[in-house]
Amino acid sequence: MALEDLFKVVKERFGAEQSSSAIEKEVEIPQDLLFKCPRCSTVIYNEEFERAMKVCPKCGYHARLTWKERLDMTVDKGSFKELDESLRSLNPIGFPKYEEKVEKLSEQVGMNDAIKTGVCTIRGYRCVIGIMDSHFMMASMGSVVGEKIARAFEYAIEHKLPVVMFTASGGARMQEGIISLMQMAKTSGAVKRHSDAGGLYITVMTDPTTGGVTASFASLGDVILAEPKVLIGFAGRRVIQDTIRQRLPDDFQSAEFQQDCGFVDMIVERGMMRKRISNILKIHGFPKEGTGR
Amino acid sequence: MSKLTACERLEIIRHKDRPTVNDYIPALFTRFMEFHGDRLYGDDAAIIGGIGYLSETPVTVIAQVKGRNLEENKRSNFSMPHPEGYRKALRLARQAEKFHRPVICLVDTPGAFCGIEAEERGQGEAIAKNLAEFMTLKTPVISVVLGEGGSGGALALAVCDELAMLENALYSVISPRGAASILWKDGTKEKEACEVLKITAENLSDFGVCDRIIPEPEGGAHLSKDITADNIYEYLVDAVYRMKNTDIDTLLEQRYHKFRKIGMFTE
Repeated sequence: MALEDLFKVVKERFGAEQSSSAIEKEVEIPQDLLFKCPRCSTVIYNEEFERAMKVCPKCGYHARLTWKERLDMTVDKGSFKELDESLRSLNPIGFPKYEEKVEKLSEQVGMNDAIKTGVCTIRGYRCVIGIMDSHFMMASMGSVVGEKIARAFEYAIEHKLPVVMFTASGGARMQEGIISLMQMAKTSGAVKRHSDAGGLYITVMTDPTTGGVTASFASLGDVILAEPKVLIGFAGRRVIQDTIRQRLPDDFQSAEFQQDCGFVDMIVERGMMRKRISNILKIHGFPKEGTGR
Repeated sequence: MSKLTACERLEIIRHKDRPTVNDYIPALFTRFMEFHGDRLYGDDAAIIGGIGYLSETPVTVIAQVKGRNLEENKRSNFSMPHPEGYRKALRLARQAEKFHRPVICLVDTPGAFCGIEAEERGQGEAIAKNLAEFMTLKTPVISVVLGEGGSGGALALAVCDELAMLENALYSVISPRGAASILWKDGTKEKEACEVLKITAENLSDFGVCDRIIPEPEGGAHLSKDITADNIYEYLVDAVYRMKNTDIDTLLEQRYHKFRKIGMFTE
């Protein structure tokens, strides 16, 4: 797996436009005013875009969210209790400037690493939730991501809870060397234990779910959902293009492509996600608490 | 044991005469019979699987096939497996579990194959499934990295009770060339990246990833295939003996914690 190409793919496909600060520089659009879709270039008012839960009204692209945005649109208000908040990465292989990079991102993105885990209710159904945020080092998986996921599943085993995992990742975190590769085995092992204990695990694949995360816990859900049009795959587009020496179709490795190939159960629009997840939890016999939202 | 740099070891494992599983299997196992196919899609020549005897003990062997020449490499796709290779491995591991045979995995791959068909047939899912299923396989699993241990493509055969590495073998999350092109935007700085990544058997022993380093003859395995094979054999016989005398539940608990404990963070 050539991780470097995963980063390139993401840049290549979504371009510099994906970062709103880049748009700002290029065309001098006030940051809070307009949104330009990286897929179809439609420009709309940010207000309208946000009302539409950050889904492009023209092409249906489900834009990347911060963990906070995802949390707010998914869980019942006030129900989220964070787990293992204080975990912070060390620099296992002494990778140049890794600590500085992590520290800078922590301040910018407002999280210690690329995933938030916790317990919440979704329309009254209690579950363990994990939300990966691509704004933190493309949500690559190192020690902290791996440990938090393993602990989340172990917590779910102990409390007999289902797990809902919103995945997004460029893959394993190169800066942690072999330690990051081992997180693939660690998380998959924890998922397997939860599964063997009879636990329900729902994966929701969001943009982009790739590399070592696709090749570990993301692909192990009992039920695998995906948001429309998002990128899901193992190898980077560039690597594959270099291997076969021809251009790949635009929809290659899309959620729809993965569903056709048999790796995604259901594609669910953002506005329907809460309802779908809670319905899946309900049919598996979990009790509803309170009135939900 | 000699103190070579990662880069010097990279030269050694890339030597054209470096022995491959085609050399080792006949030297390590008797009456080896190859079994083909994943029962789902096809047979992947990048991974050989089958059964044979290690000394007196029936074992299942799963091995990644580096070719010794272009023709062999074409057949085995330069040891880059497709999903059906990993699924064949899992099928044979399950078979081994049923008949109480230890599983010996011989790892030697630049990585899982990256191509359209591999994506269509679920390379990610195939690897993920192996990681999860090998973790709870109720029979001993021993993996030996012979040369290259390339990322997830290697890990899919390396969720095991003990991981051994040949002295010069390397095991990494990303190829040194790949790392160089991210780090310095220059794929030719492979040598520098080699050292940064900490990928030698010695490094991996320090991280608790590698449990045993198997010595090679001074200068590398290609200088004496027989001595290297003897060293691997000696290790395997000992490891299988130890594991067969360990209660399976204890073994599975240890296997889980072997991986569960890896990670460096503060809280």
